[in-house]
Amino acid sequence: MRNTAMNMVHKLATRDERVLYIGSDPGAGTLRAMSKEFPKRHLIEGISEAHIIGMSAGLAMEGFVPYVNTIATFLTRRCYEQVAVDLCLHNLPVRLIANGGGLVYAPLGPTHQAIEDIAIMRALPNMTVVCPCDADEAARLMEQTLDWTGPIYIRLGKGGDAVVSKAEHGFEIGKAILMRPPGDVVMVTTGIMLQRALAAADLLAAQGIRAGILHMHTVKPLDTEALLQSIRGTKLVATLEEHVPSGGLGSAVAEALIDKLGFGLPAMLRLSLPDRFMHNYGSQDSLLKKHGLSAGAIATSIERALAASHTSSPQLHST
Amino acid sequence: MTQISPHAEAALTCTLDERSLYLRRLVLGSVRSAGRGHVGPALSLIEMVRVLYDDVLRIDPNNPRDPARDRAILSKGHGCLALYALLADRGFFPLSELDGFCGPDSILGGHPEYGMVPGVEASTGALGHGLSIGVGLALAARMRERSYRTFVLLGDGEINEGSVWEAAMGAAKHGLDNLVALIDYNKLQSYGPTDYVLPLEPLADKWRSFGFAVQELNGHDVGALRAVLKQVPAVPGKPTAVICHTVKGKGLPAAESNADWHHKNKLTDSELGAIRVAVGDF
Repeated sequence: MRNTAMNMVHKLATRDERVLYIGSDPGAGTLRAMSKEFPKRHLIEGISEAHIIGMSAGLAMEGFVPYVNTIATFLTRRCYEQVAVDLCLHNLPVRLIANGGGLVYAPLGPTHQAIEDIAIMRALPNMTVVCPCDADEAARLMEQTLDWTGPIYIRLGKGGDAVVSKAEHGFEIGKAILMRPPGDVVMVTTGIMLQRALAAADLLAAQGIRAGILHMHTVKPLDTEALLQSIRGTKLVATLEEHVPSGGLGSAVAEALIDKLGFGLPAMLRLSLPDRFMHNYGSQDSLLKKHGLSAGAIATSIERALAASHTSSPQLHST
Repeated sequence: MTQISPHAEAALTCTLDERSLYLRRLVLGSVRSAGRGHVGPALSLIEMVRVLYDDVLRIDPNNPRDPARDRAILSKGHGCLALYALLADRGFFPLSELDGFCGPDSILGGHPEYGMVPGVEASTGALGHGLSIGVGLALAARMRERSYRTFVLLGDGEINEGSVWEAAMGAAKHGLDNLVALIDYNKLQSYGPTDYVLPLEPLADKWRSFGFAVQELNGHDVGALRAVLKQVPAVPGKPTAVICHTVKGKGLPAAESNADWHHKNKLTDSELGAIRVAVGDF
């Protein structure tokens, strides 16, 4: 996914002279071909994220479309005020390409694990937040970033994630994709949780449970219309995210449902990482598994929630 | 103890001409109307802004978004009263707007906002942002082969921020000689002396070592400002830093070098009387 997104920057640069790549101190050889073809538009500016965001704002004020790229935590935590003031307040078309969203950098520990990035980016007015699920979807997303108004936060996965998105579904920023029709439950996913949701849906089907999947690649602006359509007739809405429980996809979905439905809320299950920093290493997969986000654990949580929803209050939460 | 610069001594003793007094009357009129405002930081800045807008910037108040214009960013956004006075006086918006400062429907907030105030290039107020934005503007000019220059006005307290020095390294890396940083070195930040809060000296050497061509002057000396700012870049191939030794609250004896006047709420009758004595009736 990362290589695809990077190569798309080069491809976009060949089409549009406004496109710039701005890296802090990326891996050796990042976008080497672009650096050769467009040396003036391939900028490596050092480990100075606060400055890079401000500089990108200045370039965007003059009509450029900068694609700023570094590790997700450094692109969010380190320079939050610059993102808020320089990019969002001015509503400038700067694209933040965040490597390693979620637990991709599991072995590197909590300084490198972007577990609250969706929440803090989503909180900013004018910011768009997109989490593609695989390389193909990342490519379709990048095609749309040239002329989108305002800043975009692009949360990239590890790379090598199974390709499950389909060209026939198309891609539009802000438009969710219904991957499986709603049944007893609808799972709402973002990023690479889609792959796990698909596997969980198969497990649930084997238990006679019909599980729909709504892929909410864009967490902001949230496609409330698609969300409301997808939950019609279902018994449970389950959100899946590689993120802390506060402020991410689950929060966004809950907020939208409260705003639109008021008292008629459906039963809801929010599956996420816990509200704490990870002090285990291993791999993205092992940490997701540890926190109940393997396909099997997702299916089990949903089964239990469906069973509970028959007998208890309609609103359920995971812990 | 740092040796006092002769420019700093000159800043303390130099007198102000009628235009500088007039601009102070505009600033203080806004403070009187709003019952609030950053007085000291605006008064130290007035001659810097005045010379930029009167003599240096290639700008057209009737076409504030002219692509060919020079860009100026007030990175120390809390000094906005000085900027508002100049912009109004130069015709970017009516002088009457100054009376609405900080009002509910005013275009003029306590920090300047892009899109609200004609002539304001960037929203500032959070410190340490302007120089990076300026680097972006200057680099864009270079890439697009445009001749506009970018001037960024920074506070001395503001350059406590690490991002300023990140930006300085970036400006030097690109050899942005179309970028000028003006530092309002009044030596007094919100809490107290810069020497106490976070010493900046040797300030000129710092900027020099970061790759800037450095000029120092009395920041209330209109002639010296004109001479230096009309001769930028100071060294071809390098960004320029102009360290302007100033006096916080310059022109109001009660406010000069007095941290209590960093931000002022309602002005008392006796303060208004003292202001009239210092700058004339307003």
